[in-house]
Amino acid sequence: MTSQMLRVAEVEVLTPLVKRFRFEHPEGKTLPLFSGGAHVVVEMEDGETLRRNAYSLISDPQDGSGYEIAVRREDRGRGGSRFMHTKVSEGDPLRVNAPVNLFALDLRARKHVLIAGGIGITPFLAQLRQLTRLQLPFELHYAARSRAEAAGLKLLPQAPMIQVHLSEEGNRLDPGAILAHQPLGTHVYTCGPEGLIVGVEDAAQRLNWPKDVFHSEAFLSPPPGKPFTVTLTRSGLTLTVAPNQSLLEALEAAKVEIPWSCRGGACGRCETEVRSCKGRIAHHDHWLEDAEKSAQTKIMPCVSRFEGEELLLDR
Amino acid sequence: MPCTEFSPSIFTRPVYADLVSRGAAPAIMLADGDGAEALIDLVARDASVMEQAHVMFIPLATNHGARLKALGAPSYHESPSFAACLERFQKALADARMGTSLYLAGTEGLIGQAMALAVAAGLAPGAIQAEHRGSIARRMQCVHCKGVTEAVTTDPFVCSHCGLTLFVRDHFSRRLGAFQGVCVDAETPGIVPPTQEIQP
Repeated sequence: MTSQMLRVAEVEVLTPLVKRFRFEHPEGKTLPLFSGGAHVVVEMEDGETLRRNAYSLISDPQDGSGYEIAVRREDRGRGGSRFMHTKVSEGDPLRVNAPVNLFALDLRARKHVLIAGGIGITPFLAQLRQLTRLQLPFELHYAARSRAEAAGLKLLPQAPMIQVHLSEEGNRLDPGAILAHQPLGTHVYTCGPEGLIVGVEDAAQRLNWPKDVFHSEAFLSPPPGKPFTVTLTRSGLTLTVAPNQSLLEALEAAKVEIPWSCRGGACGRCETEVRSCKGRIAHHDHWLEDAEKSAQTKIMPCVSRFEGEELLLDR
Repeated sequence: MPCTEFSPSIFTRPVYADLVSRGAAPAIMLADGDGAEALIDLVARDASVMEQAHVMFIPLATNHGARLKALGAPSYHESPSFAACLERFQKALADARMGTSLYLAGTEGLIGQAMALAVAAGLAPGAIQAEHRGSIARRMQCVHCKGVTEAVTTDPFVCSHCGLTLFVRDHFSRRLGAFQGVCVDAETPGIVPPTQEIQP
């Protein structure tokens, strides 16, 4: 995993809850380019705790002069977004990992329909620039509760194929109406709250769209929960995972080697074998198959937790 | 005649399953020869699949046409060959919207070509189903002259364009909708292995 120290070049308040951050290389060097939908993992040293949060890149994928992200403050989250909002200011150094894309455009599509809800607009801001550069047909639908909360309004260009749906103004987004009568070869991408993703998926299924043209990204952060104990067979350690800590973070704090990439239950890098499980794993990932989840033989330490007597992992 | 079972081979060799109904949604159905029976069986499992179907049939030497027409699709058309059917098939693809399913049934030559055209028209692979029935003859592309020889039943065979003797490979090109034929006597000109019938 390649990471580098970058400098916070700009901080802009978009709405009371959302800030935009721009990172640049301290010596002005060009950063690796990426593709629309890519994210970076930002490392935050918050006292004793090292937090690593993934954020979609919102800047132009072909512009290596800097990376931009938009962060929504989650006061009931684990503290990463609060740290970004309250402790990070212009000029600060922050460690940023190289971009990874788990939500890329499928360029075999003849048309791209992008459906965003709330802060789920972020990956589409970069995709928009990629689609415009490639001159590909697309439409973007952005749903938010109110004008005041819609951070995307300041970041979206005015264009006929970009439509804003504000439920407070009686213009609620209707996935069925968007997907009806689309031309052959259309792919649909959705990012936002679980309800929106499920709504779009249901509409696509009802209209007989094949599964291979539906793409979604749910921004998962590790859910807090009750503390639990885990035993590692290879390292011979027994650890306690704190309420606001993920299992992955507990492993890292104990210096246990474990690969990771998205830290949000989507990429599969941190998949770990369960040697013994007396209790219930709370699977929160989008990676394991339902059968694997119910068999309780694998766990994704980035987002999943455990409740019960004993959990033995092959780490 | 049931769905043909092919012996396991390399990864690029297409495999086919029984057609599964996607319900009363817009559908394009294209069959040749005994492929008609795959559509008849499909309707026996779910009659609603015909409600918005556009059926095109190439009888070859069979007489399934009357039974297929009697299934009551809103549009039914017979063509003497795939070439004759091509314009109609491409118009159906051009008019299709998202949510349209394609059902293909019959020989590999038909399935391969129709699938390649459908994907080029924007249809997602997930919206296409194919069931093999009837002749196991292959549509072969000569990798040397690039000419396509239809209905090849023996291995090796003679390329109908350049005259080379070609070995029948299981390597299938989805883009071309054809298997690949490679010169069998390149190193030992004139020494050709005995001709065999192609097996499923």
